[in-house]
Amino acid sequence: MKPPRSNLRRRRLMNAVAFTISGIATAVGLAVLVAILWTLLSRGLGGLSLDVFRQTTPAPGSNGGLLNAIFGSVVMTLLGILIGAPVGLLAGTYLAEYGRRGSLSTVVRFINDVLLSAPSIIIGLFVYTLVVVRMGHFSAIAGAIALSLIAMPVMVRTTEDMLNLVPRSLREGSAGLGAQPWRTITRIIFPAARSGLLTGLLLAVARISGETAPLLFTALNNQFWSSDLMHPMANLPVVIFQFAMSPYEDWQRLAWVGAVLITLFVLVLSILARSISSLFGQHANPGE
Amino acid sequence: MRTDQFRGQLRREARIERVFRNATLASVLLVLALLAGVIIALVHGAWPALKAFSWSFVLREKWNPVTEVFGALGPLYGTIVTSLIALLLAVPLSFGIAMFLTEICPRWLRGPISTGIELLASIPSIVYGIWGLFVLAPILQHQVQPWLIEHVGPMPVVGNLFQGPPFGIGLLTAGLVLAIMVLPFISSVMREVFRMAPVSLKEAAYGLGATQWNIVWHVVLPWSRAGVIGGIMLGLGRALGETMAVTFVIGNAHRINASLLAPATTISAVIANEFSEAVGDLYTSALFYLGLLLFVLTFGVIAAARLLLLRLESGAGRRV
Repeated sequence: MKPPRSNLRRRRLMNAVAFTISGIATAVGLAVLVAILWTLLSRGLGGLSLDVFRQTTPAPGSNGGLLNAIFGSVVMTLLGILIGAPVGLLAGTYLAEYGRRGSLSTVVRFINDVLLSAPSIIIGLFVYTLVVVRMGHFSAIAGAIALSLIAMPVMVRTTEDMLNLVPRSLREGSAGLGAQPWRTITRIIFPAARSGLLTGLLLAVARISGETAPLLFTALNNQFWSSDLMHPMANLPVVIFQFAMSPYEDWQRLAWVGAVLITLFVLVLSILARSISSLFGQHANPGE
Repeated sequence: MRTDQFRGQLRREARIERVFRNATLASVLLVLALLAGVIIALVHGAWPALKAFSWSFVLREKWNPVTEVFGALGPLYGTIVTSLIALLLAVPLSFGIAMFLTEICPRWLRGPISTGIELLASIPSIVYGIWGLFVLAPILQHQVQPWLIEHVGPMPVVGNLFQGPPFGIGLLTAGLVLAIMVLPFISSVMREVFRMAPVSLKEAAYGLGATQWNIVWHVVLPWSRAGVIGGIMLGLGRALGETMAVTFVIGNAHRINASLLAPATTISAVIANEFSEAVGDLYTSALFYLGLLLFVLTFGVIAAARLLLLRLESGAGRRV
């Protein structure tokens, strides 16, 4: 009788092939990241000069910088965070502390998760109806509100996750000393989850500082310097969009400079958020 | 005196507690209100177009702002086709990356590599757009597309997808950019669910003489099926709604063309391009109608994905 034919060699070969392909897939993913960063640096860094931070956006053919756009982006991002983060923090607190197992929390958690990945241009349409139509014109405040609505779900999610990492025993200890829940939350739990909450905040800033679609028809754009919240305001993403799509070479060059600025800012923020949260991870549950 | 003081303090504490609790509750309700508000705003904005076109809007290809005849079929087609191209490319790549990170990669390399992949997710979409337009599109136009037209074009059936001149921008380019953008989302979900596969199952398979690939394909993947599908649908939801990157490279043509090399448009690109310039109530309203369609589409996909992942988290999806 012949021994059964072993398919070991074939299976080993399959294994090697699968491993190689999987390694190539990973290399492709990383190569794309490198390619994008390389293009950004090689095309954008050359145009980076002090004038970028000193002058406002130019007319085609003349010299200029991105001062008004940078200013507008900073203002609207800050305002967006100032509006969105506290609401997100409180909502996340409710989900983690007050309504942990309630049916309201289940529904809100689900809806928040959907909002997290909903198209941001829809938020733009919503704020347009809510604010721009009422005011009668585009404005920086409408842009800030749109950004706040995008930051909010990010904050809700990270706040809940981070508060859940704080050991139950801390809450029980505090309650045992007679503290009301609000005192426990603000004095014990928030400080314990401090770095996690900071991570969430940084992620929210990173998320909204590059957002373009919701600003297109809320803040619009402004060729000139403006610090008036009630009027259209320049901002980096929309300026990049407009300049990159234009036929003028000097505008396109500025678009690359803007792209470098935004990307570096967002990448630094994400890496910072990551390192804070990995530090936090080590101290997350000392007692459990 | 002291008890009075103490009682007063207790009462104050209780009062603050009520205020704080209600503030958190109000914030939670605000999240609900946001969703409701979005739906109301979209339906309200779309109402004139809904009345004028009703369902025929979805099935009409024509988009003519001058005669005020609007149809969503072109953008709808572009949205779905670009997203499918993106999934076709991103799903196998993500699977490879997830497998590499969970099974093959040495432990010390895992952190840096997964950080690198996830950084792809934090690059703003406008940067993908400008990169796609100025770097990717020329490469496709001069190197890839002529080859496709010459060699794949004459083939039966598949050839229809690669006809016409190489524009560089169009459905294929948009799909490619989208693939890169959803890659980190799909691969990180896959990595997470692969990691959750019970070690005992894998050990049992090893004991039977399985290779690592056998284990990934016959043990890990079937076990984490629900999570993998959830992750893919999450990526699909992203791809359907992505705006800026697509707007740069899609070409903005409302026509439907069988060729993937032809310029086309997507719902979000139409809204981004035309909204602030739309004149006339019906034009604006038609754009809101498009927004409503996009919302229904993405909401359905994302909700289904979240439900799948939620079921997994609660353990009901695990079958050992």
